[in-house]
Amino acid sequence: MTHRPDRTLDVRALARVEGEGAMHVRVRGDAVEDVRLEIYEPPRFFEAFLRGRRHTEPPDITARICGICPVAYQMSACRAIEDACGVAGPEPIEALRRLLYCGEWIESHVLHIYLLHAPDFLGYPSAIDLARDRADLVERGLSLKKAGNDILELLGGRAIHPVNVRVGGFYRAPTPAELAPLARTLRRALDQALATAEWVAGFEFPDFHHDHEMMALVEPGRYAIESGTPATTGGLAFPVSAFEEHVIEEHVAHSTALHARLAGRGRYLVGPAARYTLSRQWLSPLARQAADAVGLGAECRNPYRSILVRAVETVYAVEEALRIIEAYEPPPRPYVDVPPREGQGFGATEAPRGVLFHRYALDADGLVSSARIVPPTSQNQASIEDDLRRFVEGRLDLDDEQLTWQCEQAIRNYDPCISCSTHFLDLRVERL
Amino acid sequence: MTARRIVIGVGNEFRRDDGLGPAVVARLRTLSPPADVTLAVSDGEPTRLLELWTGAELAVVVDAVRTDGDHGGHVYELAVGGLGPTTTGTSHGVGLGATVELARALGRLPGRLVVFAVDGVDFGFGAELSPAVAAAVDPVARRVRDVLD
Repeated sequence: MTHRPDRTLDVRALARVEGEGAMHVRVRGDAVEDVRLEIYEPPRFFEAFLRGRRHTEPPDITARICGICPVAYQMSACRAIEDACGVAGPEPIEALRRLLYCGEWIESHVLHIYLLHAPDFLGYPSAIDLARDRADLVERGLSLKKAGNDILELLGGRAIHPVNVRVGGFYRAPTPAELAPLARTLRRALDQALATAEWVAGFEFPDFHHDHEMMALVEPGRYAIESGTPATTGGLAFPVSAFEEHVIEEHVAHSTALHARLAGRGRYLVGPAARYTLSRQWLSPLARQAADAVGLGAECRNPYRSILVRAVETVYAVEEALRIIEAYEPPPRPYVDVPPREGQGFGATEAPRGVLFHRYALDADGLVSSARIVPPTSQNQASIEDDLRRFVEGRLDLDDEQLTWQCEQAIRNYDPCISCSTHFLDLRVERL
Repeated sequence: MTARRIVIGVGNEFRRDDGLGPAVVARLRTLSPPADVTLAVSDGEPTRLLELWTGAELAVVVDAVRTDGDHGGHVYELAVGGLGPTTTGTSHGVGLGATVELARALGRLPGRLVVFAVDGVDFGFGAELSPAVAAAVDPVARRVRDVLD
């Protein structure tokens, strides 16, 4: 049916969104009264779980929060613990961390591009249907993703929940000979990444723009991944240690997640589009060339076009991984000692979905006395809801099934990691 | 090198009964599995499952499921044909059934795929299995051991 004056949409079991959650839309006449993205979020559980643990444990424990981005959790945790203990990793170790993180970006971005997002643009209900028609394309995606997977396996010790990462560095550093086969894989992956960018550039993108302030880590001289300083498109910049002064999290009734906003400013957006908009000039020449070729300009404010940014960032991550491997000299020791001390430390890195902040307080025995984790999706929740409100208002003539389907597509633009494993997403549409 | 025979425990040990798959794999390690069998744990992400079982002559997948009924700890043993394309066959966002369909479309199904699914009770945050599901770990591990013989 169409044009019912009042209705409610409930999107349960949101397909192709990582994790769990639900979306609720209430429409009265031609006005959208309410849009709520419900999120059941695990970091809150983990914050409690971490208290009383030794200062060496957060990287291993927080890696379990997300199967898609364990490295992000490990890296932000290491940064924060090392900050609390007043230790900084030497350059060879930092390079290995960046290499490991490149692997995660490749895996996560390619999964989203090929299996979750592309079917929307090509009119397929799922990646299965895409694979039936174009197995060659899906196989290219799987092969490209495997390059990221190989980095995680070699450097992280295994592909899920890497075990080789520790506070201060790694348990074991690879030899140059061990990295050589990876370089060969990555050279092939670079061609696949460029082909991917060319492929997604041919998609048609709905005309939809937002005016949210965007925030990402920036690191003049290179594209921020495993380190950097928070900055926004509105000109705000602050050190990671001031994150909680600028990012205010509030409970909202409909979600176990907290809604984040910038103090005195309001909703904001993190993620690939924010990174690209703030750090485009620090992309490699090849990645910048790819960005130009796919039609990305100085900024990306159309959520649908985020698939272009993910493709460009994949090109960058593959190329950056190659660069690191080619320049690699094993560190004298795979880690530096990080003796505990009483204090507080802060860490932030760019997870595939955006800024991931950790803060830990350690007591005199080196035990975690408090932990705070702010993941990307909760930072984006208010902006996603605002976009959905405007999105639904422009499509009220659609019947419930069509509107629900298009809302799901709109949510997938943000690649929300609504939780990290188990259960399904629920969606409801209510027209009153 | 591709594993010829592989057992994959799917799940997250920090989501209570979702940890069934990894728990069964851990138990199986103590039951002297044949030397040629690879034991793996996966979060269920479809491309990783595909990578694990592509080229295998036998893949055994152990996973927790949510069904509409109230049968915590009930064990289902399924062959590939018994999996629907929907998500109802697993507790994960992209269902095992959908992963099987994707593998079929790409010609990446193992020679033989056996799935052990156990009805979960509690998928909340926490590291312990509910009693009904915990009681299923040993029998399922032994049944997997039998399949490998």
